[in-house]
Parts: sequence; C-alpha cells; structure tokens
Amino acid sequence: MPTALVAQRESRPVVVASKPFGESYLLAEMFSQLLESRGFSVDRKPGLGATEIAFGALRTDAIDVYPEYTGTGLVAILHDTLPDSVAADPRAVFAHVARRFANLYHVRWLPPLGFQNTYAIAVTRSTASRYHLRTLSDLARESPHLTAGFTADFIGRSDGLVGLSRVYGLRPRAVRPLAPAVKYQALASGAVDVIDGYSTDGLLARYDLVTLVDDKHFFPPYEAAALVSSRLDRQMPGAVAALTLLSGRLDEETMRQLNRRVEVNGEDVSRVASDELAALGLSGSTHDASEAKAAPSAQHSGFMEYMWDRRATTAALLVRHLELVAFALVAAVIVAVPLGLGLERTRRIAEPTIGALGVLQTIPSIALLAFMIPLLGIGVVPALVALWLYALYPIARGTYTGVRDADPEAVNAAEALGTTPTQRLLWVRLPLAAPVIMAGIRTAAVITVGAATLAAFIGAGGLGEPIVAGLALADTRMILSGALPAAALALAVDGVLAIVERLVTPAHRRKRFWRRRTEGPNVSIAPAI
Amino acid sequence: MPISLAARNVSHHFGNVVALDDVTIDVPAGRATALVGESGSGKTTLLRCFNRLVEPESGQVMVGDQDVQRQSPVTLRRGIGYVQQHGGLLPHWRVLRNVELVPTLQHMPDSAEAARRALELVGLSSVQFGSRFPHELSGGQRQRVALARSIAARPGVILLDEPFGALDAISRAELQESFDNLRRDLSVTTLLVTHDLAEAGRLAEEVVVMRKGRIEQRGSMRDLIRSPATDYVARLIERARAGLEALRA
Repeated sequence: MPTALVAQRESRPVVVASKPFGESYLLAEMFSQLLESRGFSVDRKPGLGATEIAFGALRTDAIDVYPEYTGTGLVAILHDTLPDSVAADPRAVFAHVARRFANLYHVRWLPPLGFQNTYAIAVTRSTASRYHLRTLSDLARESPHLTAGFTADFIGRSDGLVGLSRVYGLRPRAVRPLAPAVKYQALASGAVDVIDGYSTDGLLARYDLVTLVDDKHFFPPYEAAALVSSRLDRQMPGAVAALTLLSGRLDEETMRQLNRRVEVNGEDVSRVASDELAALGLSGSTHDASEAKAAPSAQHSGFMEYMWDRRATTAALLVRHLELVAFALVAAVIVAVPLGLGLERTRRIAEPTIGALGVLQTIPSIALLAFMIPLLGIGVVPALVALWLYALYPIARGTYTGVRDADPEAVNAAEALGTTPTQRLLWVRLPLAAPVIMAGIRTAAVITVGAATLAAFIGAGGLGEPIVAGLALADTRMILSGALPAAALALAVDGVLAIVERLVTPAHRRKRFWRRRTEGPNVSIAPAI
Repeated sequence: MPISLAARNVSHHFGNVVALDDVTIDVPAGRATALVGESGSGKTTLLRCFNRLVEPESGQVMVGDQDVQRQSPVTLRRGIGYVQQHGGLLPHWRVLRNVELVPTLQHMPDSAEAARRALELVGLSSVQFGSRFPHELSGGQRQRVALARSIAARPGVILLDEPFGALDAISRAELQESFDNLRRDLSVTTLLVTHDLAEAGRLAEEVVVMRKGRIEQRGSMRDLIRSPATDYVARLIERARAGLEALRA
C-alpha cells in the first residue's frame, strides 16, 4: 500500500504497522487514515510476520504504532501469570499490562478500542453434534479422536496449545501447524477437526462453525488497543491524541461485520476502513482514495480487470522486488566468489566453511529477521541482509567446486611453463570454472527471487506483500497478483543470466549452431573461424 | 644455446616414502639423457627438481651452472621447456595461442611468429591447425602441439615426463622420430623420463637407470646391454628384449 501524502503539519511520517491477519490490517488502516485526516503523513508497514517482529520493531522505535491485544501482551510478551480473580477482569488486566509495558519497554497502551477478540476454538456444526461438543472440556474429552489445525503462533504460546493441554488436558490425536489463512478452508474441508479461530473473524459465520465455550476461563481477556512507541509518545503527542479518538468506539459486532466485509465479501481493506471512520464521524478532510478504486463487489470483476486496476501498485512492488534481488545477489557474488576462490587454496577448512554457509540456509526466515531487528530495525536493510545470507551458499559452493575441478592437467602445465599464480587464476582457472560458477549464481538468483517474498514480513515491500495479505484475507486474486509476477520475474532473471553464462563460457565449450566434422586426424575442411 | 643440468646429493621424501636418496647426476649441455625406471623409482621426482616443481629436502640443483634457488620459480620455468604425459594444453585456447604461451610470458615481440615456426618444426601446419581447439585434434597431434609449446621460446633445456606414454604404438613411433629430428635441429639439452627402455635407447645418448630413489647405472645403451652393473639392470634389459622377441615371427 503506497504512502498517501497529504498536506502535512508534521514532517516526519508516523509508521503504522500490522500483523498479517485481516483484523490487524483493518485496524492499522483505520489508524493510518485517521492520522492522515488529521494532517499527519503515514508510512504503512503492513503484514509484519509475527508478534516478535512487530513488537521488536516497536520497542526499537522502528515502527510507531500497531494494534495489539492485552491478552497477547500479558501472556506472549510479558509471560506473566496473574491470580485468577485478576486475570478474569479485563480492566485489571489492562492496567497491569499498561503499567508493566511502560516500566519495562517504555511503550504505551492507548485506551482500549472497545472490543475483545479472544480465541475461538471452533469446530464444524456436524463435528459438534457428532461428538456432543459444547465446551472446551467436552473437546478435551474427545480430543484423542480429533486432529487439530492450529497456527504456529498458537501452538507455541502458553496462552495457546501449551496452556490448553495443561488446564483442560487437551490431547489431540495430531496437531497440524497451519498458516492463518488456510485454517478455515482446512476445517471446512475436513482436513482438520478443530482450529484456533478469533472471535471476531468474518469467516466464522461464513462456514457455520461452532465456537466452544471456555468453561474453565482459561483464556485471558484480549482487549484490542493501539500500542504506541516511546518515540511517538514523546515527540508527537498530536498523533497520539488523534489515535486516541478511536478508543472505545468499536464493539465486537461492528468488528465482526467489518471483518466479514473484508474476508467474506472480499472488499478492499482501505474502503472498509474509510467507511467505518466516516460512520464514526472521524474522517476529516477528503483523503487520497487511490487504493479504493475497486467497486464494493470487487470480488466479482474479472481477474484481468483486477490486475489492470492494480497495475501501478504491482509495478512498484515488482521494482522493489527486483531491487532487493539485484542488490542482495550482487553483494553475495562480491563476497562468495572470492570466498570460494580463497577456500580452494585452503582446502582443509573449505568443506566446514561452506557447510556452515549451508546451515544458514536452514534458519527459518522469520527467526532470522526477528533476530536482526534490534541491530538493523525493520525495512529494506534487514531484508537485504537476510537475502544476502541465503544467496551465499550456492555461489560459494559453485565457485569452490568449479575452480577446484577445473582441468588440473592444464593448470599443472601452466604452472610448469612459468605462469604466476595470478596469471593462472585469470587465464586458466577462472575461465574454465566459469560455467560452474555461473550455475551457482543462477541457482542463487532464482532462490533469491523466491526468498525475497520474505521482505514483506519485515515491511520491506516487494511482491510478498500481496501474497501475505492475500493469504491472510483468503483472497486468491491478491495472492496471484503477487505470485504470478514473482514467477515471471524468476524466469526473466534466469533468462538474463543464461545469456551472461553464454558470454563467460570459454569458446571451446560454446554450443555451435551447426555441426562440423572436426574430430580425428582426417580433417578436411578449411580453418575454423 | 643449450645449457647443462646438475644435481648434487639430492634427497627427498614423500611422507615415509623415500623418493630420492642422495642422487648426483650431470647432464652436459646439448646432451639427450633418459631417466628410466619403474613407478616409484624417483625418476619423475628428479626431473621435477630441475624446474622447482619439487623442492628437494637436501642437496643442490643447478640449471646452467646456476643454483635453481637463486631464481624465482616463475623466471626459472620460463626458460625451461616442459612436456607432460597428458599434454596439459589449455582446452579453451586455440592451438596457436597455446604454443605462444611462453613467448608471451617472456614478452617476445614476435611471439606469434615464434609459435608458427615451432608448429612447423613438429610437423603441423600452422595454417591448418593454428586456429583449432585441442579437443579437435587427435592424441598424437595434441602431443605435437605440447612439444611445439615447449620449444617455442627456444629454451636451453627441455624436460619431458613420459611424453609419449599415452599414445598408441604408431603415433608413438612417429612422435619419437619427430622429436629426434627436432632435438638435433635445435641443439637443446633434453632430459626425458620414460619407463620404456627401448624408447630411452632410441632417443637418448645416455641412459640413467633408477630404482628406489637411487641411480643403478648410467651410460650409453650399449654399455648397459654389454655390462649391466647390477642384477636389476640386467633383468630390465632382459624383460625389454623378451618383449621385442615376442614380436618376431
């Protein structure tokens, strides 16, 4: 989503972020439009990959505000436990969390928005009647017969599966980690029997699901609120005041409807947000609605028309994606080719070193990005560093293998005839190794085009953004609007590098367009060109 | 101008294995000498001492009356021709450019011309072969190119390590003849390593038999046949003769 620039009273933009699920995108967009209508310029960073990334970014002032829930703050960030009487009271929980966050992280909770979005452990209506499920205790009783599909986030949290097992004795026959967007389809199709939904999810109604009652009051309250950085609090009190206008103005039913419009009807997040702000009487001057050009029933227009409408956005995302790939790849070549050459001279440490680079590839990208936030913030820089790290291995491996294996007889002869090591490298070893080195670079390039979708998790833009958002909102067209250009880009990059490979392949190996009989002593043709 | 070779009390190990054991040898300028022996005899190791591809643990190695340690290896090697068993031509360079390598390294002003002449000397037409790639030539032709490459800059000495070992019998014979003529035309010192006694007799004025890092005997082929100094030499000759006898009807 491009930054909307309006007449500004503040010169520095407010950075508004969200996590990659529908309600988070919605709330963040409402924050953004509210600020813009008050004259602030906003830099949107939607879809930050996980709580760790979003909160880590807020703590380090890399972002200024994102929507969070008090229960998440209590359990997943603070890891606090409260006595049951306190834990059941939303006001008390809010006070506790606000105080602790202020002391520990210097981060401020604005007054709650007015609704809770708690976990809704859901089953299909037919499952509920078949096993007589009404409460979570019922579920726990039947759980050995059931397969659970939970988000990875939920599986690890103590206010998630861990706690449910402890308090209710929930022991599903199998637990499948699912991406947030596919949960509902998985449940509806019968691939899993129970999922962790959210109580304001639009898709709950769409699929006619039953939410199980938390009879032991395990889940803490999850009041939604804006979480604000210390920088914003100190330097831009006007922005904080603007955001506070939304406090207490949203209720659960409203949120369900808004979520339904986005997730079920497929409406544009930007339009739904602006409609609600208008309904609340909070929109100020007219804002730039270039994003909301799609008709309300946008879902029904053709795919080609959809892509055509989005062409400017897609082009911008493509350019950013290409920039990320190009910089990361060039930087990786600059480091990995000399590294491969150097390792060829010190073969004892070569395999362990290249092996270590290979291990880097196995680090999950979200973990890597979260790790880098305190050092590098969010945005393009950590994304480039991550992509650079992933590209090193194929290039180093290709260079090392290519140079090591390049015609040893020729290299020995060149040495015996009086070439210097540098001459051997430039005249003999590199030219003969070039095809293998290029193979490594081509591999790295195609990998990088795919991996660059991770840039979306850390607010660096690129074609991953519509993919992540489309996954979160179950919007296939949005997914394709990112995935198809990404695939085309991968083919194009590989095509360009194929040409480069042909240019660096030594003359004796270039495939000819015509065949000539030149083998053996019975040569009978004019000199070769 | 041919130059002499000399080794004095040269010893070398590879790990626990003795490669050279206190070897002393002189090759006068202009002489063709062959080092003969089985694998592990040290003949290749000794050869490679002269262009510092092997740096012996002890002893002195001299090329043209100069200790090899007094020059950088690179300079030394540019003045010594070298031919190895599998040619070692640069596969991505055309024939002429391969042959031109050492003249280019020496910054000779007419390097291309020197290369062409070298090709003619080994019996290859530079017009016909100059712009081919090595993979387009037969094995025998490739070795001829390797030979041409070694003499293009007119070195004072050529070292050859089993240069014809990988060739079929006919090609080998042809190349032996070419090499013989070449050597006489150019008046260059040659040190040739071979396991083939007959070849040694054919190409060299002096034959040096080596075994387990030591010199068993040296002399003309005739001397070796008439008066073998050790049992080993006698057996070597006998085996070679038996091989030739098998070819008689």
